Amino acid sequence: MTRPRVLPGYRLALAYATAYLALLVLVPLAACFLRAARLTRAQLIAAVWSDRAVAAYALTFGASLAAALVNAVFGLILAWALVRYDFPGKRLLDSLVDVPLALPTAVAGLTFSSLYVETGWLGCVLVPLGVRGAYSRLAVVLVLAFTGLPFVVRAVQPVLETADPATEEAAACLGATRGQTFRRVTLPYLLPAWITGFALAFARALGEYGSVVFVSGNLPYRTEIAPVLIVARLEEFAYGEATAIASVLLLASFGALLAINGLERWSVRRYA
Amino acid sequence: MTASGFVQARSPARALVQLVEVAGLVLGLAVVVYAATIELLNASYDPTRELWRELNGRFAARYERETGHHLTIRQSHGGSSTQARAVIDGLEADVVTLALFGDTDAIRKKGLIDVKWVERLPNRSVPYTSTVVFAVRRGNPKGIRDWPDLVRPGVAVVTPNPKTSGNGKLSFLAAWAAVIARGGSEKDAREFVARLYGQVPVLDSGARGSTVTFVQRKIGDVHLTWENEAVRAVAEAPPGEVEIVRPPVSVLAEPPVTVVDATVDRKGTRSAATAYLRWLFTEEAQEIIARHGYRPVDAAVLARHRRAFPPLTLVPVTALARDWSEAQEKFFDDGKIFDQVVRR
Amino acid sequence: MREPALAARRDPALLRRALIAIAVGYLALLVVVPLANVFAQALANGLAAYVRALLRDPDTRHAIVLTLTVAPAAVAANVTFGVAAAWAIARFRFRGRAVLIALIDLPFSVSPVIAGLVYVLLFGLQGHFGPWLRAHGITIIFALPGLILVTLFVTVPFVARELIPVLEATGADEEIAAITLGAGGWQMFRRVTLPTVKWGLLYGVILCNARAMGEFGAAYVVSGHVAGKTDTLPLRAEKLFQEYDVPGAFAVGSLLAFLALVTLALKVALERHPDRSRDAG
Repeated sequence: MTRPRVLPGYRLALAYATAYLALLVLVPLAACFLRAARLTRAQLIAAVWSDRAVAAYALTFGASLAAALVNAVFGLILAWALVRYDFPGKRLLDSLVDVPLALPTAVAGLTFSSLYVETGWLGCVLVPLGVRGAYSRLAVVLVLAFTGLPFVVRAVQPVLETADPATEEAAACLGATRGQTFRRVTLPYLLPAWITGFALAFARALGEYGSVVFVSGNLPYRTEIAPVLIVARLEEFAYGEATAIASVLLLASFGALLAINGLERWSVRRYA
Repeated sequence: MTASGFVQARSPARALVQLVEVAGLVLGLAVVVYAATIELLNASYDPTRELWRELNGRFAARYERETGHHLTIRQSHGGSSTQARAVIDGLEADVVTLALFGDTDAIRKKGLIDVKWVERLPNRSVPYTSTVVFAVRRGNPKGIRDWPDLVRPGVAVVTPNPKTSGNGKLSFLAAWAAVIARGGSEKDAREFVARLYGQVPVLDSGARGSTVTFVQRKIGDVHLTWENEAVRAVAEAPPGEVEIVRPPVSVLAEPPVTVVDATVDRKGTRSAATAYLRWLFTEEAQEIIARHGYRPVDAAVLARHRRAFPPLTLVPVTALARDWSEAQEKFFDDGKIFDQVVRR
Repeated sequence: MREPALAARRDPALLRRALIAIAVGYLALLVVVPLANVFAQALANGLAAYVRALLRDPDTRHAIVLTLTVAPAAVAANVTFGVAAAWAIARFRFRGRAVLIALIDLPFSVSPVIAGLVYVLLFGLQGHFGPWLRAHGITIIFALPGLILVTLFVTVPFVARELIPVLEATGADEEIAAITLGAGGWQMFRRVTLPTVKWGLLYGVILCNARAMGEFGAAYVVSGHVAGKTDTLPLRAEKLFQEYDVPGAFAVGSLLAFLALVTLALKVALERHPDRSRDAG
């Protein structure tokens, strides 16, 4: 399989890209694992599996999952409305979907926290009703939902757009109701993209820091996400522990990446 | 590929020479200006932003008058322990003016500050003292006057995180001291702080973050904060919105200042930095310090501002532990008292 | 492009209206209202105060300059990487290709805080290279180089991910033709490849820039928070917030939000461009 390559630049491009990636990404990440490796086994477990850390993981994963699920449902509805229906302002709505991708996380955090406190536009109504959208776990889910909004929509939209209407029409001709058609024909067709979008939103939420740190209140054991715990450990001079927890988070992120890739491949095989 | 660009220039060589001359002049000027400019970085804790802004302006003007050198003093602020960590990690602070002896000493332990730093400046390097007081809402609706009031049901307490903030540690120690000073046992103190931190909805990483939470976000009924920060909160909030309540007993805070030897030796700024810190003990500086709500160490200045600083029973940290190292280890290290208390 | 929906594919009117209402409501609640709030809070003290906050404060001005230095530097470097990586991945098959693709995606899933942490571990005074750097008078952490490095880290994937599908979609035929006709490597690149991918490249640059300007978490860890020296715009917003200047913080936030909206407008304009061959993903 060693045909001479017609196109030039293979070695140069590959060498440059690999060196760049190695120096910028791999070496620093390796430094993290190396530093964590300096801990003894007991210290490692104490750092990584302390009650506070477990609470942080639970919140990080739980809130990310919740936010991704919310986006899975509403993102699908959004994509459906944008592709299948016509209504005034549709184009504007479509562009707005990308706002969370472009807006800096700190600004998102600032505005969400200001909205949901008692003196904010939404808080003045919600807080008396007992709904605390700031400095609570709900606040974390809200802001993570914001961050992940584009992923499901943008994953499902193209698939919906290029869907062949013939299949749905055939189902209707054979006597299926709209509901049945949706469940048996359209949904399975959308499933791979839908899962991909969900997984991307989830992975994105896992690492989010800038917006959450403004809205959560950062109470250990209650509203502290894992990245905040890492920073807290850093600020206490506990480098070993910080890197240990960071390593756990990194491994979880790698795992999420691999799972996303696997899911994509599986769903394409199964449903496409 | 023709050399089309060079047809117009009458004498490219001459133009080039002129350009080099001008560049050299500009560069030389820049070097001269740069050499005559001294830049100091002051790493301080969270709430002192406004204090240092005024102090720096005054000192820079005076320094330029006296020595002819232009002085720029830059500030970095954050939780006291966070700032110490930053300096240890390489933040090139010429002076550190942190909240707690323990944080400054941590930098000394890494070899960046001379072992004998405490004795280098007057009053054991402490230019002002402070304490922890209560900031409450208009009219003090929950009737908070003393430490036991804080653990009544329905009272939300705001205070920063002791792991990162000097204020946070001092609030904890003040609460502990309030029990011990009145004859309580360690067990009583432990129970009290456990109940106290059960009333805390938000743990900010620094004193200022905590104040913002209390004043701007209107979270909490009482804010445990530096005396100077409470004064500031009263000033920044709409008039009358925030009131200060001074409990009869509180902790004595003695924020030290020092030069960071490693940095000033490398940058050659030792004399400027030392002059800067010495000036803090002069009457002019102590006056500014007092006006910002910090208790001056100069007795005359303190007497003049007696009304702003009513006497309280201030318990020093040495009454609670042998020294700061022990206090840090006993209360704030991992798995120690604060961690045990916060787990529920 | 869509044919009119047959009756078989048309949803009942009630369902249609309900879904549209839900979609609009969701977007309004989650995006529009917060965005509007940014500008409302920024203008809370009036327009004059808003302008003053942005233009008169020397530290804010410096933050603007700093962000406008860090972001383009990071984008430029990542363009070189993106082009190289996309070329290798799209045009050639080699062992480890899938690994390379996965590695490019890595920074996406790393929390920015960890990105900052690992650079402190490497270049901080107590880090691996710390003493060597200090001995040679080089400062990376708590200074501009550190900020650029972490911004580089978090934005690595953006340009590459946009270029790879575009290169794959356009195919190598024209390039091969150019080579067989005697063009040199760089000539082929300049005259054939670049013009084909320029819209994809621009797209990637826009996204990369937006992310770079808004970076907060990693910058927070490596910045040092020295006002007027190492505070980027997002950090400046946070600092203003901490100094009781909430309208000021939102003023800076509104500037960033405005830049975000400009980014989006450019993105939309690019998508409509006739030359742009965009497929799913």
